[in-house]
Amino acid sequence: MNGFDLSAILRNPEYTSMLLHGIEMTFVIYIGSWLLAMILALLLLCIRFSPLRFGDRAVAAYVSYHRNVPTLVQLMLWYFGIFTLLPAGLTSWLAAHNAEAIFAVIGLGLCQAAYFSEDLRSGLRSVSPGQMEAAKALGHGYISAMRFVIMPQGVRNALPPLINHSVSLFKNSSLAIVIGASELTHAVKEVENLSFRTFEIYLIGTVLYLFFSLLIMGAGAYLSMRADPVRSART
Amino acid sequence: MIHDVIAIIQDYWLLLLIGQYPNGPLGGLANTLILSALSIALAFPVSILLALARLSKWRLLRWPVTALVYITRGVPLLMLILWSYFLVPLWTGADVPSFVTMLTTLVVYQGAFLSEVVRAGIVALGSGQMDAARALGHSSLGAMRFIILPQALYNMIPSIISTFVSTIKDTTLGYVINVPDLTFAASQVNNQLLTQPFQVFFILAVVYYAICWSLTHVANLVERRITRRRAGLSGGAAPVLVSAKIVSEQL
Repeated sequence: MNGFDLSAILRNPEYTSMLLHGIEMTFVIYIGSWLLAMILALLLLCIRFSPLRFGDRAVAAYVSYHRNVPTLVQLMLWYFGIFTLLPAGLTSWLAAHNAEAIFAVIGLGLCQAAYFSEDLRSGLRSVSPGQMEAAKALGHGYISAMRFVIMPQGVRNALPPLINHSVSLFKNSSLAIVIGASELTHAVKEVENLSFRTFEIYLIGTVLYLFFSLLIMGAGAYLSMRADPVRSART
Repeated sequence: MIHDVIAIIQDYWLLLLIGQYPNGPLGGLANTLILSALSIALAFPVSILLALARLSKWRLLRWPVTALVYITRGVPLLMLILWSYFLVPLWTGADVPSFVTMLTTLVVYQGAFLSEVVRAGIVALGSGQMDAARALGHSSLGAMRFIILPQALYNMIPSIISTFVSTIKDTTLGYVINVPDLTFAASQVNNQLLTQPFQVFFILAVVYYAICWSLTHVANLVERRITRRRAGLSGGAAPVLVSAKIVSEQL
């Protein structure tokens, strides 16, 4: 094998199309699981704040399971375990529609929902109860106080951990390789097998991941600045 | 369903616990725990050095370490594992067992994450401690060694336990390079049975849950105790909040 040569990979249309496909798949999984996680997290939050005592316990159990079992094991349980228990019709439909990616989205999304809902909850809890009383005294109803007074402050408080967890969700999308989804890490491995240029292709993969992670961090920093210009200017 | 689970545990508990140990390499749960404990023990000193370098006033020390921390935080652990799988044998020129490869990766990865925890712990202590120590005649290294670090590290014990929990969860990724850990043992069991994948992976999830949940519980207990103790020390005033709650890792 001759020396270091990035162009051997970047100029090869076959390899670049593999990498582009990998990036696309990574983003499909990332965006899909992010949306699923956020919707579920809001749902879990509603259950948590509702007066049902049973609901609170159920959400706590959900969060505890998803935070204490490794994400990889959760993915394996979904893809190798639950997949086989589904009715035959559904199984064959899933198999025909890229089951790996679907289960990656489900597994990562459900897992991430636990983190997102905890972030949002601690953000909302850090808004002092006086705010709600003040809003009510000013004539807001519960919903409108939530919408205009509590939520804006709570979400602002929750932004830093939400951003951190969004970045780790992006990184965790690489775990989908274990259940055979053809995302970026998979593409990197494949190009490595074909080109034998391990160093170059790992470097490209690392730089790509780093670039997108930093992009998400940057977008998050911009968002928190927009959400709270005063505090961001101070720090 | 329940019967299947019990039958699997009865047949394979030894494999899940220690792998094929007497006849082969140590594996299973024992190996998972050894790997996690070793990597946290080795990552700890690394993380203190990295944190001190990041807080240093010399740019030459601060910048490369900051870059290293950002790179490790921005790249998936899986990618780092692939790197060590490729680089460690290349550098050492020997056939390295996958256990060592995984250990190296985890030391670097958790070292970078723990360094953020250590840094936050030192920063949270406030500059008054350093000023007072310097005023009493300590050199800056001596103040760090005898005044700052003992307090910061004590406040960080809960975060260190949480990092240990995430290390246990991270070791599952060794599956990709065939580290004989608990996940690997479970997939071996699955390959032998073939017909009961759900039951096997369910057991796997339960075992991980039991370990990580109890450790998290311990971390919470210790944290409450430390908070109470600090509150007592500062005469009932608001306790020093350690903002070093485990930063962002969560595999």
